[in-house]
Amino acid sequence: MAREMMYADAIATAIIEEMQRDPNVIFYGQNMAMTERDPMLKKFGKQRVRIAPISETAEIGIGVGAAMTGLRPIVELWMSEFMLVAFDQVINEAPRLRYMSGGQVSVPLVLKAGYGFCAGWAGQHSNCVYHTMMGIPGLKVVVPSTPADAKGLMAAAIRDNNPVVYLHSYMLTLDKGEVPDGEYVVPLGVADIKRAGTDVTIVAVGWMVKKAMAAADRLAAEGINAEVVDPRTLAPLDVPTIVDSVKKTGRVVLVDQAPRHSSAAAVIAGEIAEHAADLRTLRLVTALDAPNPYSEPLENYVVPNEDKIVDAVKSVMAHEAVAA
Amino acid sequence: MPRKTAGKSLTRKARTGSDQLQWMYTQMVRIREFEEAVKRTFIEHPGVIRGHSHLGDGAEASIVGALSTRHDADIVMPSYRCHGYPVVLGTPLRKIMAEVFGRRDGLCHGFGGSMHLSDPSRYFPGTSGIIGQAIAHATGAALTAQVKNSGQIVYCFFGDGASKQGAFFESLNMAAVWKLPIVYVLENNQYQAYTHFSLEDANAVAGDPLSKKADAFSIPGVTVDGTDPVAVQKVVAKAADRARAGKGPSLVETKFYRLSAHGNVITVPPLSTQFPDHEAVAVYGNRKEFEHWKAKDPVKRFRARLLKNRALTEPSAKRIEAAARAEVEDAVQFALASPLPAPEEALQYVYA
Repeated sequence: MAREMMYADAIATAIIEEMQRDPNVIFYGQNMAMTERDPMLKKFGKQRVRIAPISETAEIGIGVGAAMTGLRPIVELWMSEFMLVAFDQVINEAPRLRYMSGGQVSVPLVLKAGYGFCAGWAGQHSNCVYHTMMGIPGLKVVVPSTPADAKGLMAAAIRDNNPVVYLHSYMLTLDKGEVPDGEYVVPLGVADIKRAGTDVTIVAVGWMVKKAMAAADRLAAEGINAEVVDPRTLAPLDVPTIVDSVKKTGRVVLVDQAPRHSSAAAVIAGEIAEHAADLRTLRLVTALDAPNPYSEPLENYVVPNEDKIVDAVKSVMAHEAVAA
Repeated sequence: MPRKTAGKSLTRKARTGSDQLQWMYTQMVRIREFEEAVKRTFIEHPGVIRGHSHLGDGAEASIVGALSTRHDADIVMPSYRCHGYPVVLGTPLRKIMAEVFGRRDGLCHGFGGSMHLSDPSRYFPGTSGIIGQAIAHATGAALTAQVKNSGQIVYCFFGDGASKQGAFFESLNMAAVWKLPIVYVLENNQYQAYTHFSLEDANAVAGDPLSKKADAFSIPGVTVDGTDPVAVQKVVAKAADRARAGKGPSLVETKFYRLSAHGNVITVPPLSTQFPDHEAVAVYGNRKEFEHWKAKDPVKRFRARLLKNRALTEPSAKRIEAAARAEVEDAVQFALASPLPAPEEALQYVYA
């Protein structure tokens, strides 16, 4: 059974179901569970649902220590940039401790944050900072694009025995979609072909999957059959699924909300270049090299949109594809 | 804490607890012998120890006094200056030394080294090499104990330098708000890496003890003579009782003096490295300060006091010392003979 649900509700549902399933899962963060009326607090009590001060280093570091000693904390960080305040804990603590201990400890921790809030939040609350995280061995990075994936990937993130940065797009918060009822786990490291096609591969991340799907609809009306691949997790990255698609179509457009050189797209392009040698042509559609601006026309100019994706696909279509 | 008070409590304890005092002395000697052997290795076996090693000589009374109050399943989370704690917790010295030597038989199979010892089977989950950050991890371990209602408390050790990190202030605040079962032991060894603490600590500049920081969190803060294990025991026992009673964290400043330099000299291979003079001498040219504290060597002082109080006889002291030396020498030989890890093992343990 499945029912229509908002992206944000799908995430909350996964957290509630996993907390019901496993008493070791705890959930805390700033400005949450502030009153006795809070439904999570009512359901799970003050030990497992907590309000934290504005102290990212301690919030995340406490999560690391609690995870090392037997809990499965989910830390609500609200905005991914807030992790920058505590980047040592995210990059240099959580993913390193297992390795340095020679495999004796593990850190089953979920760092939950929204990213890429393109709604006039200006330069410090709207950016995409997953590029560095996806390159850190020991750390997993999840970027769901649909309500169903949001639920299934959150369940997987909580059950995973490694630190997982779970990044939900603020721009998808209210989007609705079919979400399976009950236990639903989407494995980390498995890309999803959101739309099958033969002419060109579009690899898109998070919110950009939605834009790519819309662009693919427009292209279909013009006789161009695009395949849309959603990696769903940036680490582990499902390189084979991406490469297989590119081998089939011979053309690829990579769409990413991050600026070009700090995009996941740039990393994926490197994998495609090495593993799909018969690739004819590749284009990156990323944010322009500017911090996210405040005013609407400026923001729209910097961030990728459907038109830019359509234009990029048409430009790669001008090249002959080489059959695999 | 004045020596007189400590001496009194020692006399009282000596009548009833000479076993425990001997245990304390034994552990202090084992730590000292271990650290001396690490230091000698840089000279006797150049190149065997890579990177940066940090020794706890001078900290023995603080470590042993604090851990003497520990119950069996209590968790211990120190900083990267971490050799002494697993020595007391019963981790085989062979495994610790082999880890410092980067060998496969090391505690962490050569993946951690001197700064990152870990023995979760003995309630010692691991350490961070980034100053102050593990204070948050220890606080998280205390959260686990509270959520699971396990009855455990956490002993969190860190240096004076770490007490200027955001992780310190944020963690103590949260531990106080949540009344977490944890004892924060601020080991004031008087130098943050190479800098004397009077140059970087607001309390020190004002002439106050560093334990005053506890006032910011409305929790108990006590400063104790960290060269006296019995004095440390007394103060930490009170803090531990408070943690066990669910009343929350305390801050204990154990004041002593690091007897070795911060770490071995930072050099680029193939240049060999070893321990330089202590910063007091090498940086500040203050040999007088160094000699003053060396005369207060906690291991030697405790030995003399135990002999004086008849808690220990000269022959039994010598037996303890000989046994520790033999144990450490065995650890060195074991570590030297242990194989290096195979290169391809490097990809193990990245993910659970």
